Amino acid sequence: MPAEKDPCLSGRGVTKVFGFGRTRTVAVDHVDFDFHEGEVISIVGESGSGKTTLAKVLLGLINPTEGEVYFQGKERDIGSYRKKKEYWKQIQAIFQDPYCSYNIFRKIDTVLLDCIHMRGGRGLPRAKKVELMAEACSFVNLKFDELTNKYPFELSGGQMQRLMIARIFLLKPKILLADEPTSMIDACSRATILDMLMQLRDEIGMTVVFITHDIGLAYYVSDVVYIMENGRFVESGSADNVILHPKETYTQRLINDVPKIYEEWDLSTV
Amino acid sequence: MSVMSNVVLEVRDLTTKYVTRFREEVYAVDHVSLQVEEGKSLGIAGESGCGKSTLALSLMGYYFPPLHYTCGEIIIDGRDISAMRPDDVRKSILGTEIAYIPQSAMNALNPTQKVIHFVEDVFQAHDPFKSKKEIHEFAKEAFETLGLPEEVLQKYPVELSGGMKQRTVIAVSVLLCPKVLIADEPSSALDVTTQKMVIKMLKGLMENGFIKSMIFITHELPLLYNVTDDIMVMYAGQIVEKATAREAVFDPLHPYAKGLMGSIIVPESGLRDVKLAAIPGVPPNLKDPPVGCRFAERCKYVRAECKVAAVPLYDAGGGRAYRCILSEEVLREAYQHAG
Ligand SMILES: Nc1ncnc2c1ncn2[C@@H]1O[C@H](COP(=O)(O)OP(=O)(O)OP(=O)(O)O)[C@@H](O)[C@H]1O
Ligand SMILES: Nc1ncnc2c1ncn2[C@@H]1O[C@H](COP(=O)(O)OP(=O)(O)O)[C@@H](O)[C@H]1O
Ligand code: SF4
Ligand SMILES: [Mg+2]
Ligand SMILES: [Mg+2]
Repeated sequence: MPAEKDPCLSGRGVTKVFGFGRTRTVAVDHVDFDFHEGEVISIVGESGSGKTTLAKVLLGLINPTEGEVYFQGKERDIGSYRKKKEYWKQIQAIFQDPYCSYNIFRKIDTVLLDCIHMRGGRGLPRAKKVELMAEACSFVNLKFDELTNKYPFELSGGQMQRLMIARIFLLKPKILLADEPTSMIDACSRATILDMLMQLRDEIGMTVVFITHDIGLAYYVSDVVYIMENGRFVESGSADNVILHPKETYTQRLINDVPKIYEEWDLSTV
Repeated sequence: MSVMSNVVLEVRDLTTKYVTRFREEVYAVDHVSLQVEEGKSLGIAGESGCGKSTLALSLMGYYFPPLHYTCGEIIIDGRDISAMRPDDVRKSILGTEIAYIPQSAMNALNPTQKVIHFVEDVFQAHDPFKSKKEIHEFAKEAFETLGLPEEVLQKYPVELSGGMKQRTVIAVSVLLCPKVLIADEPSSALDVTTQKMVIKMLKGLMENGFIKSMIFITHELPLLYNVTDDIMVMYAGQIVEKATAREAVFDPLHPYAKGLMGSIIVPESGLRDVKLAAIPGVPPNLKDPPVGCRFAERCKYVRAECKVAAVPLYDAGGGRAYRCILSEEVLREAYQHAG
C-alpha cells in the first residue's frame, strides 16, 4: 500500500531458516511489509506460522537468513552491542509467555528500575525513581508496594502481563511488538489489557504491532492486518477489508472457524 | 423440579474447599446447585480463578487433598454419590457415570504409552474380563464413529498433533458411555480450525449415544454460546447467573454477567463500533470473601445495602436465576441507559 508517510519499520524479502537438511524449517519466508507511524498493525496466523520468529527478527534478537529490515527509512544497523541498545530504546516487545521474558532471579522492582535506567534516569534521586515506578504500576492497576521484593514467578499470569505493560509505560518506545499479549489471560481480562495498551499508545503515540492468532482481536484493535500462513504473508490491508471481505481462502477459513454470536457458526466445514 | 424431564445430574448446595499449606480455607465452590437433564448441555463461564475447575473436580465426588468436601449432594440418576468413599467413587462412578476431561489433559498423557494402552486401562478398571481382542474391536468401532482414524490407536501421544491428541483424549474418556461428561477448557490451547473439530466432536457425542449430558467449561463465551443449551456464570465461587445460552449472552441480568458479555470479541461487522466493556479491578480473595455481595467492589451499580449481608440467588422464573439485590426491571433499565 502506498502511504503518505514514510514507514517507520519495513521489511523486504525477510526470511528466517532454522536447521539444515532434513530438519530445515523456513519459519519466515520472504515477507515484505511497511508499518507506518502511529498505526496499529496485526499479524495473524495459526500456531507455527512464524509470527514469533518474525517478531524476534524485528526486535533484533535473531538475524534474518535473508532480506532487509529498514528502520525509520534507513537500512537497520544493529551490528554492535551499543547500536543494539540504542535500537531497543525505540523498539520494545511484550512476549507470549511472560514468565520466560524475565530473569527469574531478579526482583520486580529491579525489573522496573532497569527501565528507568535505560531511559537515562540512572542519576535521578531514589524518591523520584520510586515515584516513577509507582506511577507505572498504578497505570496498570498494580500496587507498587505489594510488588516490591517479589519475584516474577510469584505473580499470576494476568499480573505478569500488566507488569510487562508497566515496563513499556516507563520505556516509552516508538514501536511496540506485542506477541499474544492476551493469550495467558482469560477472555474477561483481555478487554482490560487491550484498553491499557490502547491508552498507552494514545499517550505516547506508539506504533503497535499485535501478533496474535485471534482474528477477532485483530479486527477489534487494528488499522492494518497481515495474515500469515506457513511463514508468508498471504493477505494484507485495512482491517475492514481483510476481515469483512477476505479474498484468500486461508483468511476465509480462519474467519469461518471462529465461533460467532450474531451469524451462524457452521460446523459442517470441518 | 419437573417430573417430566429426566434429570441426569442434580447438585444441591455443594460446597467444597481447599485447605492450603498454611491451613487457610479457600471456599472455591460455595453452595452451588445445578441440574442437567438428559440430552442437555450446561456451560460454565467466569474469569480465571472463579472456581470453574474446582467445581468440575468437585462434581465427581472424588476428593483428595488439598480439596475437601464440606456439604451438599451430588445425585446421578437418583443416586447420591457425595457420601461415597473415594475408592468406591473411583471404581463405580468415574468413567461410567461421570467422565472428566481436565484442563490441559492432552499434555498429561503418558508419552511412553500407545493410545491403545489408555483404552485397555479404561476397560481393565471396569471390566477386567474383557479380552484384548474385544477391547480392540470396540475401540476401533468407537473411534470410527467419532471420526478418528483407526491408526491413532497404535500411536504414541507425541506422534499426534494437538487437535488429534485432544480428540483422542475425548474419545477414550467416553468409551464407557458415561452419563455425564465434564470437559474443562477442552479446546482453549488450539488453533481455531482444530478447536472447531474438537467442538464438532463434542457436540456429536450426545447424538451418537456416547454420553447423556455434558458440562462444558470455558471462559470463551462465544464458544459456550454455540455449544451449550444453558449457561451458568460463576463469580468468586458462587453462581451469579443461570439462564439459557441465548438469554445469558443477549439479555444477562447480573452486572458481572453483563460485564462479561460486554467483553466478547468476535470478527463480525459491528464489533469495531462498540467499545469493549472492561470490568475494572480483580475478584476478591476467596480466603476471606466480603460479607455482602462478592462483586460489590467492582460493580457500577453498587449501593450501601449490597454490602450488608450475603446476597441470595433469586429465582427469576423459567429456569432463570441471578444473585443481585436489584430487581430485573431496575437492572434492565440501568443497562438500557448504559447503552
Ligand atoms: N529456535 C528454533 N529452532 C528451530 N525451529 C524453530 C525455532 N523457533 C521456531 N522454529 C520453527 O519455526 C516455525 C515458526 O515458529 P514460530 O514460533 O515463529 O510460530 P508462531 O507463529 O509464533 O506460533 P505460535 O502461534 O504457536 O506462537 C515453527 O515450525 C517452529 O517449530
Ligand atoms: N490446589 C489448590 N490449593 C489452594 N487453592 C486453590 C488450589 N487450586 C485452586 N485454588 C483456588 O481456588 C480458586 C478457584 O480456582 P479454579 O477452580 O482453578 O478456578 P478457574 O478454573 O475458574 O480458573 C482460586 O482462588 C484458586 O486460587
Ligand atoms: S448486589 Fe449490588 S453490588 Fe452486587 S451485583 Fe447487585 S448491584 Fe452490584
Ligand atoms: Mg508465537
Ligand atoms: Mg480452570
